[in-house]
Amino acid sequence: MTSAKEQRIIINQSGLDMLNLCISQLDKAKEAFLNHDSDLAEEVIYTETRVNALDLKIEKDCEKFIALYNPVAVDLRFVISILKINSELERIADHAYNICKYIVDHDMPVSKHLIETLEFEKMYETIDSMFQNILEAYNEKDVKIARKVFKKDKILDKINSTSFQLLEQEIQKDSTIIRQAFIAFSVVKKLERIGDLIKNIAEDIIFFIDAEVVKHQKKK
Amino acid sequence: MEIIMTKDKDLTVIDKVIDLSLKKKPVIEVKDANVWYNHFQAIKGIDMHIKPNTITAFIGPSGCGKSTFLRLFNRMNDYIEGFKFEGKIKIKDDNIYKKKINVEILRKEVGMVFQKPNPFPKSIFENVAYGLRIQGIKDKQFIKEHVENSLKQVGLWDEVKDDLKKSALALSGGQQQRLCIARTLAVEPSIILMDEPTSALDPISTSKIEDLIFKLKEKYTIVIVTHNMQQASRISDYTAFFYLGELIEYNKTKIIFTNPEKKQTENYITGRFG
Repeated sequence: MTSAKEQRIIINQSGLDMLNLCISQLDKAKEAFLNHDSDLAEEVIYTETRVNALDLKIEKDCEKFIALYNPVAVDLRFVISILKINSELERIADHAYNICKYIVDHDMPVSKHLIETLEFEKMYETIDSMFQNILEAYNEKDVKIARKVFKKDKILDKINSTSFQLLEQEIQKDSTIIRQAFIAFSVVKKLERIGDLIKNIAEDIIFFIDAEVVKHQKKK
Repeated sequence: MEIIMTKDKDLTVIDKVIDLSLKKKPVIEVKDANVWYNHFQAIKGIDMHIKPNTITAFIGPSGCGKSTFLRLFNRMNDYIEGFKFEGKIKIKDDNIYKKKINVEILRKEVGMVFQKPNPFPKSIFENVAYGLRIQGIKDKQFIKEHVENSLKQVGLWDEVKDDLKKSALALSGGQQQRLCIARTLAVEPSIILMDEPTSALDPISTSKIEDLIFKLKEKYTIVIVTHNMQQASRISDYTAFFYLGELIEYNKTKIIFTNPEKKQTENYITGRFG
């Protein structure tokens, strides 16, 4: 049996492993989507089982910590936050998996023009920057860095909200792109949802560090 | 007790009850309490207000002064050699460390339950009736009613009503402790001090005593010393953390156990120091 301190270290390390794995999955999904690389997409699909295994391991470790060590105060917030962050990361990895499924299942590359029109690069850059923020906020226990995520999520929301109209215009110009447009639209929606999940992670980190609930509050 | 892990501003039902009690005048007021045992200072300048009908838990590592502080409230330390007290403690506005104090009356007002159940080697009935008899009460019907009522309050009546003449020493540990609480209640105190009342009991008996403590809050003010962090978080409204004779933090229990203000408190309750 491990001590409470050792158990905290194990959970913390598994949480960081999960975060890095999800960043890697999403990064590969991005490359696979932008370059229509089905081999890389297959790799993401294959790695999904590792994400699921790590998800189960973290849940089990957290359950053990709660049951055996009766955590309170910062330890209780830590374990609750890790459980929630873990679930959000697993869902982010699911989105990466589903983006890759489009690439493999529909052999239909999205044109450079559509990728530029829908600002995919900007969306991925924003997500990458949001991930860096939560990683730094968690490691440095700095809520200010975590809060940066909320502003960045608005960039994704804005791109998402204009995407429907932009695609409509593109389809009117050239109706043969309709299949590509559906795939592109679905990916935009997934990236926007990933932004929301990273935002939730930032909220969980703020709760862990400061015991402050910013969830469902307009002013964060 | 509901555990809230946040700094949220919304009041829970428990908060509302506590806040109602906040409007009441404190039943115990401690001002600059200092205790020495010969040259060793066990309590260092503690101020504390305890509101009526609340449960306050004292926590801290062994030797931090929590039991000494608890025992100040009914002058149980007076007989310890080398004991010296400075400061002021008022119970219901009455300074209990003034020269002319009737300690018997004080202890009727402030009852005490100890770590180890300590029934007298008498019958169950006589144990509970004891306090009334030494007060000079002779009315048999009055005593009988009070014994029954006290045993009912601690949930022991149904278990012992047919064996009231049986020796109290034949009861189980948990029953003995509830009997001791009934003995305390029989003289109708307004404050009950409990010094680790469940540390010698099994989990089922502990749970019964905890339920009882929670119920007793309606009529009494309860101050409990406990080494069991979960017990403090489960049953108390307020928690005071003591360390090396000082009161480090005194706050609502939900704050102490979710987001304490002092790092020392957090380190203690999370087991990072002891």
